[in-house]
Order: sequence, then C-alpha cells, then structure tokens
Amino acid sequence: MTTIEMTVDGVRYQDEVEPRLLLVHYLRDRLGLGGTPIGCDTSNCGACTVQVDGVSAKSCTMLTVQADGSEIITIQGLAKDGRLHAVQQAFHDEHALQCGYCTPGMIMAAVDLLRENPDPSDQEIRDGLEGNLCRCTGYQNIVRAVHSAATTEARS
Amino acid sequence: MIPASFEYRRPSTVDEAVQALVGGDAKVLAGGQSLLPLLRLRLAFPDLLVDVGRVESMRGVRDDGEHLVIGAVTTHHGVVTDPLIAQHCPLLAQATSTVADPAVRHRGTFGGALSHADPAGDLPAVALALDAEFEIAGPTGRRTVAASEFFVDYLQTAVGAGEVLVSVRVPKLGAGWASHYEKFHRVAQAWAIVGVAAIVRRDGDSIAEARIGLTNMGSTPLRASATESALAGAALHDGGVTAATDRASEGTDPPSDLGGAADYRRHLVKVLTRRAVLAAAGS
Ligand SMILES: Cc1cc2nc3c(=O)[nH]c(=O)nc-3n(C[C@H](O)[C@H](O)[C@H](O)COP(=O)(O)OP(=O)(O)OC[C@H]3O[C@@H](n4cnc5c(N)ncnc54)[C@H](O)[C@@H]3O)c2cc1C
Ligand code: FES
Ligand code: FES
Repeated sequence: MTTIEMTVDGVRYQDEVEPRLLLVHYLRDRLGLGGTPIGCDTSNCGACTVQVDGVSAKSCTMLTVQADGSEIITIQGLAKDGRLHAVQQAFHDEHALQCGYCTPGMIMAAVDLLRENPDPSDQEIRDGLEGNLCRCTGYQNIVRAVHSAATTEARS
Repeated sequence: MIPASFEYRRPSTVDEAVQALVGGDAKVLAGGQSLLPLLRLRLAFPDLLVDVGRVESMRGVRDDGEHLVIGAVTTHHGVVTDPLIAQHCPLLAQATSTVADPAVRHRGTFGGALSHADPAGDLPAVALALDAEFEIAGPTGRRTVAASEFFVDYLQTAVGAGEVLVSVRVPKLGAGWASHYEKFHRVAQAWAIVGVAAIVRRDGDSIAEARIGLTNMGSTPLRASATESALAGAALHDGGVTAATDRASEGTDPPSDLGGAADYRRHLVKVLTRRAVLAAAGS
C-alpha cells in the first residue's frame, strides 16, 4: 500500500492505495465519482478523460500513485454554482449526444482543446478530439457544440 | 482489466532509479502510455515499477552547442511546444504532433516511445534519421549509444535490464537543411501503416545530401540507404528524385498485418519517400 494525497473536484483526499489501482477505478470505486466511465481496455476511446494538473489525461491509463499530489477535475467538477460549464451547456443545446457514454470524456477533451485554442476551426476541433470515440453521433453535432461553446466563452 | 500486483517506487534522481532497478523483475515506468495498456491486458507482469516520471534532471530540452539534449521524460506535448526544438529540429515536433492524441501526448514521453521501440512508432525512425545519440545510465555508470546501435529488434533496444535511458542528443539542423515527416494511416489517432522521415540539404535545383528514416518497414526503424546515396546530386525536377525514391524499399522487411500486406507497404514506402523528400525540399 502507498499513501497518496490529491484534490478531486475541489475536495482534498488522503488514502492508502495499491500501486496497481488505476486512477479511473479510484475515482469511480473509492470516491464514488461514477461520472467518469470506462469504455475500453486499450486506451483508445477517451471516455475516461479527466483533467490532471490542468491538462487532459486518460484516467484508465494512469496509476493512482502517479497522480499523487495532483489536482484532478472530472466531469462532475465542471459545473459552478449549479450552472453547467459552457461546453456542457453547448452539448445539451446542440444535441451532441445520443447514448451519452462518450460525453464526459468528449466534454473534458473539448474543455482542454478550448483552453489551448479558444477559436478552433472544424479541422482543429476534429484533431483536438482525436482521442475520443463516439459510437452514436457521427461527430457533426459534437463539432457544432464545440464551436458554440467557443462563441459563448468568447462573449463571457 | 486490473493489472497484476506490483511494488512501486518513485525515485527523484537517476542514481536512485538505477539503484531501485537492481534485482527482481523490475521495469521502468515513464508516461505509462504503452506500459499501462500492456499491464491491463496482462501481457506484462513485472514485480516492481520504478517511476522515473518525477526525475527532474531527465525532463526538458537544453541547448548544447551543436546539439539539443532532450531529457527522456520530456512529454510528447513538451516536445511539440518546445521553442528550441521548433527552431533547431522542427522534424521532431512535426513527427511528435502525429503521435496518438492530445491526452496521450500530455503523458507519454519521448524517451518512453524510443525505449518501447514499437516498429510502428513514429519517433524511432526520426531519431535514426537524425543520427541521435542515447545516454544510458546503469549500475556501472553511463554510456552513449548511437542510433544505429540503439534499436536492436522488435520492441528491443540497447537499454538493458537495470538501465535507464536518461537523455537523447540530436544534432541541430544547420542552415540549408530542411525536413518532413510523412505518415500514412487510415483513421484518426492510428499508428503509421508506413512513415517516412526525410532530412535534406538542397543545392539549387538538386538535392546535395539526404537522410531517410523509415517507420514500420521492418522489426526496427530503418535507414533507406540506397535512396540516400541515389539522392546525392539528384535533380529535383527531371525524375532524379523519383528514380532515387523508387529504391526506398531496398533492404526492408515489412510486416503483413491488418494495416496492409508487405508488398503494399513496399509500394507505399516509395510513394511516401518521394512525398517526404519533395515536401522537405520545398517543391
Ligand atoms: C491510444 C494510443 C495511441 C498511440 N498512438 C501512437 C502513434 O500514433 N505513434 C507513436 O509513435 N506512438 C503512439 N502511441 C504510444 C505513445 O507514443 C507512448 O507514449 C510511448 O510509446 C510510450 O511512452 P511512455 O512515456 O508512456 O512510456 P511507458 O509506457 O511508461 O514505457 C514504455 C516502455 O519503455 C520503457 N521505458 C520508458 N521510459 C524509459 C526510460 N527512460 N528508460 C528505460 N526504459 C524506459 C518502459 O519500461 C516500457 O517498457 C500511442 C499510445 C496510445 C495509448
Ligand atoms: S476507458 Fe477507453 S481510453 Fe480510457
Ligand atoms: S453518444 Fe453514444 S457513444 Fe457518443
């Protein structure tokens, strides 16, 4: 067992974990943060994407012990004071989901993209979301939602 | 799947890392972007992981006169955004920006990709074309290995058990040199079916000198030596380049897999080498 400390969605945790515990399992099974799903066993789908120290990472491809001392933000930490994050709101408004399984990861990747590039082109959005697979939407509405969130964020 | 159990150490210096690796079935962990998928599929089950991710002396890029020295745990994202690399070795930034996706590039490291030595990985062929030098630390001290000796076989490098890749030296590309990485894949985020790294020095309307590295054309990255020799003095426009790049498959032994059959890759490598050389030469 290894002692770790981290902040998740603004709450500080200290825990004893097995080194083999994946970050996504820690978030889901130990902290009860089921908003971050697991979609694959090969690090390809991006459903599990969270923010680690300000940048996106696939939480299924990280050991909890590697996140020791880090600040994690999950999909459940994006809304502020009961108001959805601009990207969450845009996914809702633009119907950028069907079954919703990829949505948490898609939104976390989109937030990361807009942080680096607040006004992306269609191609830049597609490149930025390259690590996230959606089995339902065909991506058109997802790209539209990211554009719409970029516009909202530019206005606010 | 959940990985099999292992112990975990997180050294903060290279010496501590080398000490931690002594004995048992230990493995180095860097970004984990290749190793963790293997552990999860239980294709690897080491007793101990030595996490070098926080060895600060192994991170970042520094100017060393004629060379850049890139710390092994510099992330792909760090390579893509580094100003020294942009100025002196843009080929590396361009090739690295084609690796995986943004989230994987935030955690995966330059040294990890080279140590993993996947023949479909983009960076080994680039390191080979650049004549990079690898600094390796082990129980008996440090040694430097040339790129031509580093890639030994499929997923095997000169880094032995108990050793750590510390940094990689790449030459600055001087005035007159230009480069391009041409990667062929069919879907987003995919590995290269074939990739070609070209570095050329142009002299008027012809190529003076060229170095070509090939991705996924054998069990290790390869140099297209026949093409390199034929390119010296080749005219850019009267078919000289094509005659030279048509020899790019000589001496290769590409795999046949779901990405393509071996003879398809032998054809593809000629097309991509021509594209890479012409793009590098700016025509
Ligand atoms: C979805 C996905 C897509 C990908 N697509 C591509 C792609 O298109 N092109 C491409 O080139 N790569 C691709 N990769 C692989 C990526 O480049 C990895 O980041 C890289 O191969 C491994 O780097 P790492 O730091 O994560 O190493 P790790 O996974 O930590 O380690 C990999 C191996 O190298 C050894 N190792 C690591 N660092 C050292 C060191 N300093 N000294 C000694 N041994 C060391 C480890 O023991 C292990 O055997 C992809 C990965 C994923 C998950
Ligand atoms: S669960 Fe698929 S990438 Fe993490
Ligand atoms: S909405 Fe179903 S996987 Fe994307």
